[in-house]
Amino acid sequence: MDELKNIPHIDEIAHRGIFAGVPPKHTATFQERTARQNKVLPSLEAAIRATGLKDGMTISFHHHFRGGDHVVNQVVDTLARMGYKNLTLAASSLAAVHAPLIDHIKSGVITHIETSGLRGDLAEEISRGLMDCPVVFRSHGGRAAAIRSGELHIDVAFLGAPSCDPYGNANGYSRDEDDAIACGSMGYARTDAKYADKVVILTNHLVRYPNAPWAIPEYDVDYIVVMEDIGDPKGIMSGATRYTKNPKELLIAQTAARVIDAAGYFYDGFSMQMGSGGASLATARFLRQMMLDKGIRCRFALGGITGQIAAMHEEGLIDRILDVQSFDLDAALSLRKNRFHHQIGATYYASFLSAAAVDQLDFVILSALEIDTNFNVNVLTGSDGVIRGAIGGHPDTAAGASLSVVVAPLTRGRIPTIIDRVNTIVTPGDVVDVVVTDQGVAVNPRRPEIAEKLRQAGIRVYTIQALKDKAEALVGKPDPIRYTDRVVGVVLYRDNTIIDTIRQIDESPAE
Amino acid sequence: MKLLKTAMAGTMESGDIMVTIVPLENGGITLDLTSSVMQQYGRRIGEVIRETLGELGVTNAAVSAVDKGALDCTVRARVSAAAFRCAQAENDHWG
Amino acid sequence: MEKRYVKDRLRRSMMFVPGNNPGMITDARIYGADCIMFDLEDSVAYTEKDAARFLVHNALKTLDFGKKEIVVRINDLTSGLGVRDLEAIIPAGVHVVRLPKTDNAQDVIDCEKEIARIEEKHGIPVGVTGMMAAIESANGVLNAREIAHASDRLIGIALGAEDYVTDLKTTRSDGIELLFARSMILNAARSAGIAALDTVYSDVNNEEGFIEEATLIHKLGFDGKSVINPRQIGPLHHIFIPSEKDLKKAYAIMDAIAEANARGSGVASLNGKMIDKPVVIRAQRLIALAEADNAVEEE
Repeated sequence: MDELKNIPHIDEIAHRGIFAGVPPKHTATFQERTARQNKVLPSLEAAIRATGLKDGMTISFHHHFRGGDHVVNQVVDTLARMGYKNLTLAASSLAAVHAPLIDHIKSGVITHIETSGLRGDLAEEISRGLMDCPVVFRSHGGRAAAIRSGELHIDVAFLGAPSCDPYGNANGYSRDEDDAIACGSMGYARTDAKYADKVVILTNHLVRYPNAPWAIPEYDVDYIVVMEDIGDPKGIMSGATRYTKNPKELLIAQTAARVIDAAGYFYDGFSMQMGSGGASLATARFLRQMMLDKGIRCRFALGGITGQIAAMHEEGLIDRILDVQSFDLDAALSLRKNRFHHQIGATYYASFLSAAAVDQLDFVILSALEIDTNFNVNVLTGSDGVIRGAIGGHPDTAAGASLSVVVAPLTRGRIPTIIDRVNTIVTPGDVVDVVVTDQGVAVNPRRPEIAEKLRQAGIRVYTIQALKDKAEALVGKPDPIRYTDRVVGVVLYRDNTIIDTIRQIDESPAE
Repeated sequence: MKLLKTAMAGTMESGDIMVTIVPLENGGITLDLTSSVMQQYGRRIGEVIRETLGELGVTNAAVSAVDKGALDCTVRARVSAAAFRCAQAENDHWG
Repeated sequence: MEKRYVKDRLRRSMMFVPGNNPGMITDARIYGADCIMFDLEDSVAYTEKDAARFLVHNALKTLDFGKKEIVVRINDLTSGLGVRDLEAIIPAGVHVVRLPKTDNAQDVIDCEKEIARIEEKHGIPVGVTGMMAAIESANGVLNAREIAHASDRLIGIALGAEDYVTDLKTTRSDGIELLFARSMILNAARSAGIAALDTVYSDVNNEEGFIEEATLIHKLGFDGKSVINPRQIGPLHHIFIPSEKDLKKAYAIMDAIAEANARGSGVASLNGKMIDKPVVIRAQRLIALAEADNAVEEE
């Protein structure tokens, strides 16, 4: 071995000095090693202590267990018992099952919330002013971008996983024969796992190494806790999302399918995304028939995936599925079974900071609670001003897709869907192309060529104002929702600029 | 219109309103309204109920209504039906 | 006098809407049915007849149904309810009164008399309200011809199959049980120059069965069919769409007629064959159907 100085250009060669021998080699069997040298800690408390979590830090969760999630409540209960205060809870989304957080907010354990959405009692309370600091609402793409850029820094991620091996390779299902619970894709959790300082996997199903395929690789995982209960399988996955039988939703869906065809985005090799909502999902059914009739195929379907999309894949109508979140058990089973049903993370799904799959969409079918005459869409607050929804990937896909189609009934009961100004702007009209209701179609004036194509196909195109008038003629003009001046929520667009605020509803007696 | 006994019309289904009218001797019309769209349409529903009773010549009654998003024409129909049941009469003045 | 009804119009689908259901009444107009029929009869419980009358009355007066034909099915006159139904709906502007359980011409005449009386009472020109008669018994079927001819107000006659098959001591099956009634009603309607409308298909989840039945009645020559769920409208209208080939031929026939007229000739021919009047009428009907299907809802 020459001395270093004798090596020409040694300063330009990256190295760590001279070889000084190797540590003793393993001789134990793989099995013995797995038992001894793993990341499994005896309890959640032990894991929390090991992470070095301190007051004022940020913890994160995913929402792949949806209404069946037991992870958030168990972790925050434990943190409360351990005396933590002033934590920021950054979840990819929260559901009605998370109502127990109300007490932890009141007692100061949780002082900030970041999420895609809120529902149930927690949402009601927050709309009534539960928190001093406004809740920050981000889209799935916006959240992924904020985590990567450091705007949303996660100190400790607590990620529930239906399967995990002793080193931390974790997934939303397991290909081993078992009857454990499954959530399918864990796309949103992957971003947290990659960027959080510390990652704790909570699993009820410790499987043998290697848990391949995995959603989260062991090098992103610090600790593992085996829990008896991470969620209620019934709440996590319903058997199958069913096609609606509601004639109004079917009518909307059928029109949406006609619009996509007429607009020129229905061709051999197209790409699409659709939601799990009644009319949005039902559009898939009409598209399927049109694909069979015309003999064309879809190159890929993206997004939250339902059993219907999986069935079309298995039928040979959809070549590839890119799955960031599985909406039902049939979708989860397809992910486990079909090799071209591919799991992707939130960043690749929708982040504006990098190449994202949403940018390859021909069209997306999206739902709406409210649409205004500037085509702005609200999916977050109800007509009474109370938070009761989630941004999800709405603005991400609307912006990415060449044709964004928003489907909604013209009125819900007596409440008009199309109004002068949405209560909360989630997706700006600049990225919304077509609105399809049960009583007419409107095309954003930004897209005159689409309006022309629809007319040529015999679809009557209304102005959005005409649809608004139509709704109002039927139900009358609603009195405006009354709000106080206090801001309870801040809504960010996918580029993490503030697009709107949500104020506390005013429940004082009307004058 | 002379009200004789307490009567009810309508259902609790979406898009409907259930109206109960109790005859009173005096005190005008009192209205107890709950609605799934109270903020946006509570005021309007109250107006329609009072208007309809006025047209029927009902001046004293305790009205309670549970609204599930009924349109004005439905509110009118249910109030009329309840009032005629209350008066134990048939409508002879359709117009 | 401008009539509320048009005798000869498209009636592929007549959608039943229960008269005491506000939500369904409000939504009825959005599904593209040619006719909407608000029902005061079988779908309304006896104790709710009064409430349904108020509901349908107010809906007719208030809601905008565009160019759809608005039909109300009343209770039969012998029940004592039918006249009250008429009292409520005639001033509200109903286009066509559907009389149930029509057994003979007298039933139609009795109903017409009441309608005329109510029109007059409200200062409405007598005769503006149309009628249709539903035939639901063996007697009615055998009297179909005289029923169809019983009033100038009649726009059509319809088969009500549920009661009819009971009367026949049979049940609904593959359609053979209705062959005679359908043929009678169709021929009676045509002899009076009015519409023939088929009965409902009540198994809404059996789309295949519905399409089979709708195809059969279309072949027989019916103008259309009653539907009980909006989901049946699309498939039904689809059956009535003329084929490309037939349509092309129809347009060619009409072109030949126009060309003959331009020449001042009364005789038109196509591909060396003279065009008879029935051929022209069929061509016109086909074109009307095709255009109705393509038509974007005008309001």
